[in-house]
Amino acid sequence: MNTALENYNQKIASAAIEDMVLNMGPQHPSTHGVLRLELITDGEIVKEVIPHIGYLHRCFEKHAESLTYQQTIPFTDRLDYLASMNNSHAFVMGVERMMGIDKDIPKRVEYIRVLVCELNRIASHLIAIGTYGIDIGAFTPFLWCFRDREHIMGMLEWASGSRMLYNYIWVGGLFYDLPVGFEERCCEFVDYFKPKMVELNQLLTDNQIFIDRTANVGVLPLEVAINYGCSGPMLRGSGLKWDLRRIDNYSAYPELEFEIPIGKGEMGTVGDCWDRYKVRVDEIEQSLKMIDQCLNRLQNELKRTSDFDPRAKMPRKTIPKAQDYYVRCEGAKGELGFYFMCDGKSEIPTRVKARAPSFNNLSVLPEIAKGVMIADLIAIVGSIDFVLGEVDR
Amino acid sequence: MSSEMNDSGGVVITKMNDLLNWARLSSLWPLSFGIACCAIEFMGAFASTYDLDRYGVFPRPSARQADVLIIAGTVTFKMAERIKRLYEQMPEPKYVISMGSCSNCGGPYWQHGYHVVKGVDRVIPVDVYVQGCPPRPESLIGAILELQKKIEGERLVG
Amino acid sequence: MSFEDIKLLLSEKFGPEVIIGEETGGLQPALLIEPLRIAEVCLELRNNPKTYFDFLSSITGVDYGIEAMRFGVVYHLASIPYQTQLTLKVSVENNRDLDNLPSFPSITSVYRTADWHEREAYDLVGIFFDGHPDLRRILLPDDWDGFPLRKDYKTAEYYKGIKIDF
Repeated sequence: MNTALENYNQKIASAAIEDMVLNMGPQHPSTHGVLRLELITDGEIVKEVIPHIGYLHRCFEKHAESLTYQQTIPFTDRLDYLASMNNSHAFVMGVERMMGIDKDIPKRVEYIRVLVCELNRIASHLIAIGTYGIDIGAFTPFLWCFRDREHIMGMLEWASGSRMLYNYIWVGGLFYDLPVGFEERCCEFVDYFKPKMVELNQLLTDNQIFIDRTANVGVLPLEVAINYGCSGPMLRGSGLKWDLRRIDNYSAYPELEFEIPIGKGEMGTVGDCWDRYKVRVDEIEQSLKMIDQCLNRLQNELKRTSDFDPRAKMPRKTIPKAQDYYVRCEGAKGELGFYFMCDGKSEIPTRVKARAPSFNNLSVLPEIAKGVMIADLIAIVGSIDFVLGEVDR
Repeated sequence: MSSEMNDSGGVVITKMNDLLNWARLSSLWPLSFGIACCAIEFMGAFASTYDLDRYGVFPRPSARQADVLIIAGTVTFKMAERIKRLYEQMPEPKYVISMGSCSNCGGPYWQHGYHVVKGVDRVIPVDVYVQGCPPRPESLIGAILELQKKIEGERLVG
Repeated sequence: MSFEDIKLLLSEKFGPEVIIGEETGGLQPALLIEPLRIAEVCLELRNNPKTYFDFLSSITGVDYGIEAMRFGVVYHLASIPYQTQLTLKVSVENNRDLDNLPSFPSITSVYRTADWHEREAYDLVGIFFDGHPDLRRILLPDDWDGFPLRKDYKTAEYYKGIKIDF
């Protein structure tokens, strides 16, 4: 059974004679967490990349199999901790569909969910862009992105009570309604943030140094992306209009208007690092558009009323029928899926599997990082935008 | 002291210990090492809004240059050896801040987390614990101030 | 293509014995496939212009409980051109002995996604994939004992001198 391990040890030992084996991480400022990359290099050229993951394996699936559905929601927040709302939204949606109550959720609840998810998506993309700037050597975008992200954190804290890990979306509803005045403050934020995006574009997107570092680097062809199960901005950066918000039309998304930005190869080849970066920038703009529409609905047709109870549809006991169900939705990093197996008798599922987008997006790294320079490897790793909490679960 | 003897400035008299301690506590350099969710708040504390640089705290990428190891996130068994090695690579005097519930005691993973070390103090000694999941950047700043108080009371010479 | 059409297509191509059964009780129907032929079934589903299941969403290793003595793997396929989804299931009986892992053919030659997913199923549930190019543990350390997502898994007391339980 251990032949694979022996083969691997043999391979590293023989590579160390001819070439150099270089360890990057787990403590490395550019690996975005505790990823360890083992590089077999010939001088500055990377011949092979062997990713080692699991340094943040926090046993999500074990927790989900030991706790009830409602108790698992805080643990879903900690998967992709940059976009917690999206994670709990996916999980909750799956449980609601299995319970058969997904059609009874009030419209206002759905719109609030989409609103906070899109806010969180912006926060996640801001971190992706800011830290990508640092990887490439630009420090200012990081400070600017974090400055704007703090506004989102403040607003979501106001709604849920926590800055990062919210536990706000519950099965059958929400923790609380939005606080009074949230919509107005959110409008102010959107007005404040739109010109900041223009500034950010001037600073980074059109920066010649940035373009030189990222264009034509780490090209990911579309068929490779699909075969490796890449999703989200990775897949869209390679030029495919594939967004589960449109394909599956869940929650309030069918009523919202937005476009799906894809990589066009403006600065180089379709599917290079710059394209992936640009898709994220464009997605922020689309998210702002969606937030505008949500706020518009929430302030007019779906106004808060004194008798509105966001927990009204919450089931007393969350016991779905005996069945298997795989739910997928568009998280900030790509297709986020949860697979449930329930026995129909208890509130605890027998098996839960989290299909994390970063896990699959990262698995393509050895393929696209073959034969690049070490400096370009950093650019590729940054453009994948993975979160180790989600890779390792 | 007459002004003719020293017209370019005054003289400060202090104890050697206080001078050393003052210098050390005013330039605490943490290792830029984040593990999980807390690392984002750790980054946030260095960014524009909270700006830890004003306390002389500036992250260093190498363990050889760092004074403080901030354990920001869940410590797993696969990671524990690496953390221990990082700690051993740091030069003395060195301090450890355990940031967040996970590194304090395992946090939410204390019961079913078969792969989570239930507290980083099982691996390396800890000076200051910060509570929260994740702690706010203000809490981290508070921990740095606590650590400065601790350093103030130490005696390096004499 | 509907679920019934896919069933028909598979039994025409490989004979009726390749489909052992089906589960249609829940929201998503699933096909139970003969374990040894899962790789060719996946290849056919991916390449056939009528189905084009070109995207593998996830692979889940399942332990069906201590009494059941069964292990299974669940494949979630998706088709990007047709925007459809399909669930395939395989399972074998096994006596839960750590020296006798349940074994399935690897589908890494069809979908590269399967590489890491199969390594994860091996790591956490203890399912061996025949023909996988590099079946090492992926999340846990190489010297870890046991497979944690098995229902009879007991946490060891110490790992390298560090106490595991709280």
